[in-house]
Amino acid sequence: MTGKATGTPVERVEDERLLRGLGAYVDDLVTPETLHAYFVRSVHANARITAIDVEQAKRLNGVRAVWTGHDLGDLNGPLPLLAPHPDLIAPRTQLPLAVDRVRYVGEAIVMIVADNRYRAEDAAELVEIDYEPLPAVVEFSDSGRGRVHDDVADNVAAVVHQSRGDVEAALAAAPHQLTLDLEIERSGGMPMEGRGVHATWDRRTGRLHVSDSTQSHVAIRQGLSRILGLPLDRLEVVAPDVGGGFGTKIMLFYPEEVLVPLAAMRLEAAVAWTEDRYEHFISANQERGQVHQATVGYDADGKLLAVRTAFVHDTGAYIPYGIAVPAVTGTHLPGQYHVPDYEFTGRVIYTSKPPVSPYRGAGRPQGVFVIERLIGAVAKSLGLEPSEVRRRNFVPEDAFPYDTGLDLHDGSRAIYDSGRYAKGFQLAMGHADLPAFRARQKERRNEGRFTGIGSATYVEGTGVGPYEGCTAALNPNGRIVVEVSVPSQGQGHATTFAQVAADVLGCDPADVVVRSTSGGAGAVGHGTFGSRAAVMAGNAVAAAATTLRRQILDTAAEFFECAVEDLTIDHGLVRVAGTGAGLSLAELATGANPIRYPAGPAAPGPRAGSDAPPIALSATEYFRQRQWVFGSGAHVAEVEVDPATGKTTLLNYVVVHDCGRVLNPLVVDGQILGGLVQGIGGALLELFTFDDTGQPTTTSYLDFRLPTVDDLPPLVLDELQTPSPWNPLGIKGTGEAGIIPVAAAIAEAIEDALEPFGVSVHRMPMTSPRVRHLIATSTPLPKES
Amino acid sequence: MRITVEVNGRTRESDVEPRMLLCDYLRHELGLTGTHVGCEHGVCGACTVLVDGEAVRSCLTLAVQMSGRSVRTVEDLAPEGEELTEIQLAFRKHHALQCGFCTPGILMSLTAEQNRPAPSREDALDSVRGHICRCTGYRGIKRVVEEVFAESDAENPR
Repeated sequence: MTGKATGTPVERVEDERLLRGLGAYVDDLVTPETLHAYFVRSVHANARITAIDVEQAKRLNGVRAVWTGHDLGDLNGPLPLLAPHPDLIAPRTQLPLAVDRVRYVGEAIVMIVADNRYRAEDAAELVEIDYEPLPAVVEFSDSGRGRVHDDVADNVAAVVHQSRGDVEAALAAAPHQLTLDLEIERSGGMPMEGRGVHATWDRRTGRLHVSDSTQSHVAIRQGLSRILGLPLDRLEVVAPDVGGGFGTKIMLFYPEEVLVPLAAMRLEAAVAWTEDRYEHFISANQERGQVHQATVGYDADGKLLAVRTAFVHDTGAYIPYGIAVPAVTGTHLPGQYHVPDYEFTGRVIYTSKPPVSPYRGAGRPQGVFVIERLIGAVAKSLGLEPSEVRRRNFVPEDAFPYDTGLDLHDGSRAIYDSGRYAKGFQLAMGHADLPAFRARQKERRNEGRFTGIGSATYVEGTGVGPYEGCTAALNPNGRIVVEVSVPSQGQGHATTFAQVAADVLGCDPADVVVRSTSGGAGAVGHGTFGSRAAVMAGNAVAAAATTLRRQILDTAAEFFECAVEDLTIDHGLVRVAGTGAGLSLAELATGANPIRYPAGPAAPGPRAGSDAPPIALSATEYFRQRQWVFGSGAHVAEVEVDPATGKTTLLNYVVVHDCGRVLNPLVVDGQILGGLVQGIGGALLELFTFDDTGQPTTTSYLDFRLPTVDDLPPLVLDELQTPSPWNPLGIKGTGEAGIIPVAAAIAEAIEDALEPFGVSVHRMPMTSPRVRHLIATSTPLPKES
Repeated sequence: MRITVEVNGRTRESDVEPRMLLCDYLRHELGLTGTHVGCEHGVCGACTVLVDGEAVRSCLTLAVQMSGRSVRTVEDLAPEGEELTEIQLAFRKHHALQCGFCTPGILMSLTAEQNRPAPSREDALDSVRGHICRCTGYRGIKRVVEEVFAESDAENPR
């Protein structure tokens, strides 16, 4: 690339519209004619349905349809399993509408369509469902208490297992070993805009148009076509403005994403469903819940020799996403550390809770929590600083590409492409200034204040393949239109991809229009997840723009009767070197098509008056790469804990991250910061809770505490840019990075702060009551004399 | 019920069910979809609008309560053809929005603060405390507050 737009903090082109209140989110598409869908959901976590009576509801004025699973016919089959895998022993996915069994509170049973939402909710009150409750599987220890699926013994959905080396032998030979029991609890993405679907059916053309608050409209379109039996040419799926995703909206399919389009077809009308926050709490997918028993073997210098973890992963009532999350935990757990012998075994368990699919970080925060808690314990046992143990175990700079010996769940090998782990950590620890902190800590302890420091590092496999496509075209008005398949949920694709294309083409980013909302007929791809959009689609944009540039130059060379090598494009002008001759992109594009429109520019085009065929100034290219590229980073947290209240306050926070080449620092910083504060929420505040019967007990923002402006700590944000050798732009994804090590760093800091109380932090999140409980149940260290 | 409300400077007369929420009235009856509904229980602040100049949660307010009052929504901050306001420009400059869903509510709360006789940075930050943003991590929003609102010390009154 030749240009200068990439790497600079270009302000986002998206913002003006959003700031004026002119965003168009799914629920904004509703008109007075739109019908509204509402779902009657299970009130039991595990129950047989013995009767459903919808007759009264049907008779209510304004109600257009009331459907149970029986009314859906063949369509009420199990929803797709996204990624089959040999490790899946007993894959089960849910029905669009539960028929005779429900497996979590919130599972949809009856669909109501009415003139407006108020009326639909009135009708829901009139639906009567008889249940025969069954024992719910809530905690991991409940596994023997009941069955989520009658035909699945012990509720085991899958077992993920991989190893490198000989862990048994290495642990036996290790001079020291220790084992920790660790627990990370359920949390979730909680986007500010809930889920929503809007569908219209045009009887005249037989076309279905769906707007979906999704991270992958292209995949939804392909899947809907199959499920509804509707040819792709009669089906459009658009992801309009999407109010946050964080993985929650990469689910394929939520039942509502099938049923709302179906209702539009059956009722020949526009039908919308917008969930309310309560529905989101009980029926949107969640993540994180895992318990680990992890063992590390190490030597007297703190060198890690072997790590083994046996964990249990809560996948909820169904497993639509396959083994993605537990597999990522296993493959990412060693992270930046060279652990010669390593083994993970994860039992994936069905529970009576909402299904699990990836939430920002997707299994990595759990893995990092485990390895970093082990390192903390190793350090403690040897009387070393944890940061020193980290330093002694990094994968060295000369080891890249570093083959982990582990396979990712898409079948590719996890090979770290590039990184400077020791350097990044050094940078972070430099900002944190450990010696100065230790001095401060001592002073504060003398004042009766408990402060602590903790660090953590991570790698993040990003740029999940196998491909993304892009179509780039030059319009007769000189504008470049770039079409990609990765919608934005706030990441700013319209800005960053414009920067990439502008640099290739030699024009201003403002002259590039990015379309990422509708999976059009041009290039196709997958969607926005797995920190892949910049890597995969960014490189596809560069490839398509490069081909378009060649077409532009070929056209200009014909017109100027010169060699392509003599041409330059700068600020949207194609010039012949050494002469005054030049054409704007608009003139060139107009001239490339010899038909003259009445109001077209009068400038001489390349083929004006010629009999030659028009030249297509449009290119579709794909970027293919199965190999993930690995971003990395180091965080340091400085906390103060109030033993009386259990409240943890972040005094300082350091982030150093490395996502390769940065396209737009404003956007990258925004991703890192957003992830960081989400991670702080996950470490200290956010927790989905359930009672013994599986009834969710966090169902509003009053009991699920999201971070507010006061939770942003004083912060140093720094970066390395170690380019990836595996894609032309040299970039690595960074959408999820910020969240990954936060819980681990904060756990170590809390443990450090509460050292005098003899506290070990083996659980996340560490809410204030839990910190108090931990202090109350720990044995204080003897006071130093 | 028949209501007469001034919305963004225009008098509107409507028949609404007594139970209709103000947010639904604005969004679905008047087509002012810039006001977003994030939680419907008054916590997230996305639906904040101005009622007679005060920031109000439109998801906890009934449309019928608005009869005879004046409501202002995000669409009125910089009507079409007009330059963005100081606060809106600062949001863009500091990347204080990502998905943009919570943004209108924060803009309205900060606008209410700015319109006070003596706006202060502390009060502005306090109003942001009533909003949840899941994307940005708040740094940009804090920078907006710092840029637009002066510290309320004696030397620097506003």
